[in-house]
Amino acid sequence: MPSTAPTRGRLWSWLEERVGLSDFEALARHKQVPIHRHRFWYYFGGMTLFLFGVQVTTGILLLLYYRPSAEEAYESVQFLMAEVQFGWLIRSIHAWSANLMILALFIHLFSVLLLKAYRRPREITWMSGVALFGVSLGFGFTGYLLPWNELAYFATKVGTEITGAVPVVGHFMLRLLRGGDDVTGATLTRFYGIHVAILPAVVMLILGAHLFMVQKHGMSVPPGVDREGGPRRTMPFVPDFLLRDMVGWLSALAVLALLAAILPAELGKKADPFAPAPIGIKPEWYFMFMFQTLKYLPSRILGIEGEIVGILGFGLGGLFLLVLPFLDRRAERGSRASLFTWIGIGIIVYVIVLTYLGYTASPTK
Amino acid sequence: MESTMEPVPTRRSFVNWLLGTSAGAFVLSVLYPISRYLVPPPAGESSAASVVVPVKADEIKPNTGQIFKFGSKPAILVRTAAGELRAFTAVCTHLNCTVQYRPDLGEIWCACHNGHFDLNGHNVSGPPPRPLDPYVVNVRGTQIVVSKGV
Repeated sequence: MPSTAPTRGRLWSWLEERVGLSDFEALARHKQVPIHRHRFWYYFGGMTLFLFGVQVTTGILLLLYYRPSAEEAYESVQFLMAEVQFGWLIRSIHAWSANLMILALFIHLFSVLLLKAYRRPREITWMSGVALFGVSLGFGFTGYLLPWNELAYFATKVGTEITGAVPVVGHFMLRLLRGGDDVTGATLTRFYGIHVAILPAVVMLILGAHLFMVQKHGMSVPPGVDREGGPRRTMPFVPDFLLRDMVGWLSALAVLALLAAILPAELGKKADPFAPAPIGIKPEWYFMFMFQTLKYLPSRILGIEGEIVGILGFGLGGLFLLVLPFLDRRAERGSRASLFTWIGIGIIVYVIVLTYLGYTASPTK
Repeated sequence: MESTMEPVPTRRSFVNWLLGTSAGAFVLSVLYPISRYLVPPPAGESSAASVVVPVKADEIKPNTGQIFKFGSKPAILVRTAAGELRAFTAVCTHLNCTVQYRPDLGEIWCACHNGHFDLNGHNVSGPPPRPLDPYVVNVRGTQIVVSKGV
């Protein structure tokens, strides 16, 4: 082995002997990315990862000023926004990057779904991805409460109350999440712990598995491209694909800077547990389709409370996504699985229409 | 091992059993306290059976509503257009938001999911599944005392 290694200087040899740099080099050299007409969608996983990196960095910076208690949280964010140099920028980037990350994640998830990249042997890659999606929503939900403002307070009340409607274990889960029977300072402290310690640890484990699987199996070629046959074209990951990836990251960063500078994150009014829910209360946009569905459900459906039907429906939807690779046997055989394509398109249309209605339908009607 | 043969207890299998059960017991002894720790202790349920609303009776105009604290939960006091005072829990029966009085409709309304209640607390439209719990309102001079029903 050392005989084939080119002479790279003393630092390289020193590190090579201790770390084994040439193993990484070989890994990077061998990684290939297929070239076909759908390869545009390959960029969204990496973009999600990049935005997650932005979240970690800005999140750590926010930690230096944030105080996780009902008495101080709002004031500490106010201080950060008004007094700390570039505090508004760090917080705005964190808020916008969260939104863009979820957006990139939606695109990544649904493009993988429609291109059937979940088929054998990538079932675990898919399931870990769905789990990461769930964890990301958890990040969004817990992070939303931390500034302790009016909107976040009621969004959290509603969101946690929804867990309470789950049959049998609901009330227990609700108390576990809220740290008591109501949304109080105890909830804030708990959400803080979940947001900055528990979820990051969970992400590291699942993301590690996800990325390992992606490396192990390489990029999936869509069945449609596979069926056409013909010569397989590829490009090396390093540097060809990586450089293209970085163009995407830079674009994301540019959009992020633009949004953060033009539309900085707002703080609103401090949460008051004894004020009525404000008119126009809404959750983050990625929960909007669920929120809007709950508005339309009547109070009783077939003798069951409407919200329970809704919650069970979304629970089953999540479960469906998780086990999708095992339901779609046709995609596994490489034949057309148009049923699951249409289900995927149906879900996308449902989410978009309900989100649109959530922002346009009159809240007081 | 063939099914006809009885497994012979060996020193090795005994040690494995011992190791396995100790490992299991260790995991349980770690998980049990953690799981109990995560469940918050029960909060003492507010025993207040009645409260004095921190607003004088003559300050509440007809066709308005006012949120006040009833123990640890919000409650709503409404003076109807006819001048009658009524009080209910302000916690929406749908998903726990705090309701408010809508003078334009003469109804109690929840902004979260557009739930409507009439001035008897009945859920008249939208997603709320149950009526709001009513309270008893007594006026003593200018003082308003709201208490739980009997």
